[in-house]
Amino acid sequence: MSILINKKTKVVVQGITGRDGSFHADQMKKYGTNVVGGVTPGKGGTTISGIPVFNTVAEAAAKTGANTSVIYVPPAFSIDAVYEAVDAGIKLVVCITEGVPANDMLKVYEYVKSKGARLIGPNCPGLISPGESKVGIMPGTIVAKGPVGVVSRSGTLTYEAIWALTSAGIGQTTCIGIGGDQIIGTNFLDVLEMFEADPATKAVVMIGEIGGNDEEMAARYVKTKMTKPVVGFIAGRMAPPGKRMGHAGAIISGGSGTAKDKIEALNKAGIPVADSPTQIPQLIKQKMAGIKKGLKAKPAAKAKPLKKSGKMAVKKPNKTASGKVPGKTKKGGQKRS
Amino acid sequence: MKIHEYQAKDIFAANGIPVPKGQMAASAAEAVAIAESFGRPVMIKAQVHVGGRGKAGGIQYAENAEAARVWAQKIIGMDIKGLTVKKVLVTEAADIVSESYVGIIIDRAQKKPVIMVSPAGGIDIEEVAAKTPEKIFKLAVDPIIGLKSYQARDLAMKLYSDFNLVRQATDIIMKLYDTYWKIDASLVEINPLITTPNGKVVALDAKINIDDNGLYRHKEIEGLRDLDAEDPSEMEARDGDLSFVKLSGNIGCIVNGAGLAMATMDLVKFYGGDPANFLDIGGSSNPQKVLTAMGIILRDSNVRAILINIFGGITRCDDVANGIVMAYEQLKPEVPIVVRLTGTNEDKAKIILKKVHLESADTLDNVVKKAIALAEIEPAAAGGEK
Repeated sequence: MSILINKKTKVVVQGITGRDGSFHADQMKKYGTNVVGGVTPGKGGTTISGIPVFNTVAEAAAKTGANTSVIYVPPAFSIDAVYEAVDAGIKLVVCITEGVPANDMLKVYEYVKSKGARLIGPNCPGLISPGESKVGIMPGTIVAKGPVGVVSRSGTLTYEAIWALTSAGIGQTTCIGIGGDQIIGTNFLDVLEMFEADPATKAVVMIGEIGGNDEEMAARYVKTKMTKPVVGFIAGRMAPPGKRMGHAGAIISGGSGTAKDKIEALNKAGIPVADSPTQIPQLIKQKMAGIKKGLKAKPAAKAKPLKKSGKMAVKKPNKTASGKVPGKTKKGGQKRS
Repeated sequence: MKIHEYQAKDIFAANGIPVPKGQMAASAAEAVAIAESFGRPVMIKAQVHVGGRGKAGGIQYAENAEAARVWAQKIIGMDIKGLTVKKVLVTEAADIVSESYVGIIIDRAQKKPVIMVSPAGGIDIEEVAAKTPEKIFKLAVDPIIGLKSYQARDLAMKLYSDFNLVRQATDIIMKLYDTYWKIDASLVEINPLITTPNGKVVALDAKINIDDNGLYRHKEIEGLRDLDAEDPSEMEARDGDLSFVKLSGNIGCIVNGAGLAMATMDLVKFYGGDPANFLDIGGSSNPQKVLTAMGIILRDSNVRAILINIFGGITRCDDVANGIVMAYEQLKPEVPIVVRLTGTNEDKAKIILKKVHLESADTLDNVVKKAIALAEIEPAAAGGEK
């Protein structure tokens, strides 16, 4: 089981003839995603990697039964692409594009909600349900099927955490990057609710960062409603106030949105927070061992602190993944986007 | 992007929001000429991208043109919270009856623009929010329907009881909301919004921040960017399509992805080191970006070691390795460099990196520890590299 996407998901790629769109359409197909069509106005009737291209999302949806779309078009056209997908009846829209104006997103958010659809992103790596489907740009080589859900505001930091889990022999149900912008379609809280409802997910990793109070709201939900254990990581402890740290949403404004506040909120909700992404598997193991022994009601498991010098306290990758490094598979031909 | 008060007031005026007459001056002589042309007392206001100008002495009253000269001379060149004042706004001094606050920001949690008003204007709104939150009134606007007159009037009535003033404030709030959308602002603020003895409501100050993501459709606003007010390295980074923020430590960091870049510098601190910067080379792995990044970092004389951490997914490690070799050969860095490349095409990258003698590490934690150890070695003891 997984959330949001699985083997049955039928994906249409908006902007499929572009550099990023064509490359990732091919990557998704190779991973096993059911990519049923692509859309580029004016290129209808052609094919890309054997995928039929249509002029409109409505036409693609009518002819292929697509229920999910992924958007790889430049910022100036990406908002229009979201409206087009939603108006064509697509229920899950994943917007990879970085650089979408926040005020546009305010309107899009309301509209998508009114149509009963869900938007993930913008400015996100998308999502992957290992062994079933990937929608977006996450490398398929670092994931493994298993019981842990991963949700994050970041891209490569998420890969680092997923790879740490996979190397430690801990697989995932679904990994979702919700995006680094101020205004995003799906927040931590929404994803936590879905993981809570998914029988296959036994524990969740939540990777947050400075800016906003999404992590705090999620922590409140974990404390009051969630029965499954959650482990956290917060990036940006060293970030100076008032400076945007790459992501549009990663900014400490007016003294709020600091890593310290977020870590405190998570700890108060019984969520242990890792000092390094490599510490996450250890925390997950402790939390999951706690469930088996019926110790779940106990306060947050304390991770063995990382030694600040000398050898790492974190375990080496176990044999299931020993020596294997992400992307090091024989195909290994991922082009850059 | 931040713009100056004088620029924000030009935008207000162009959108029908009343502001006092004023003009920017970059020298005392210019300030005198402006004050003379107004022929009445003026305020000399420092134009810097930082709050608390008044408390720092950057806002002064000048009775006449001679006083304007004296104050302009003092304020231009003044240091306010680490920023040097290069320009002043010379503006007609106003008689103030009351001071209020009006501002519009994005509320991330509600996902709506929120208009805030307060009859307690003229002081930092965050201070008002902390001490007397009952004096702040907020309205979250439906972004699709927009702001209705009655809503703006309700807010104006929180500020004034005299309907002559309420009507003017209603109009100002409506126009401020329209301006907010028109220019892709992330914040617009009038603090204070004043009333004058002859019953006029006027924006005495103006603050506008623009959403960087909206700038592509506002070339005229991009032109307002004050290049003097920005860190040259941060500007070079922006031109090179990199995200860079300078910090005060001695370990330069080059990372792909904003989250991982933050996590890497956090880890440097955690293991007892001190990061010199935040730097994200982005999702693409153009070798040129690595060269630009390395150039920016090497210019910082505090830097004693460089840490490169790349998690290849879409980014190809061999591309980054080519960039490192290019940078190494062109820039001939004297500080030690430690590299961790993992993921897509890692093996190819390792072969490429054999061309240059760099330290390497296999994991995130190890690359950080190694960089800290290298930064602690005295340059002389590092052994004949020069």
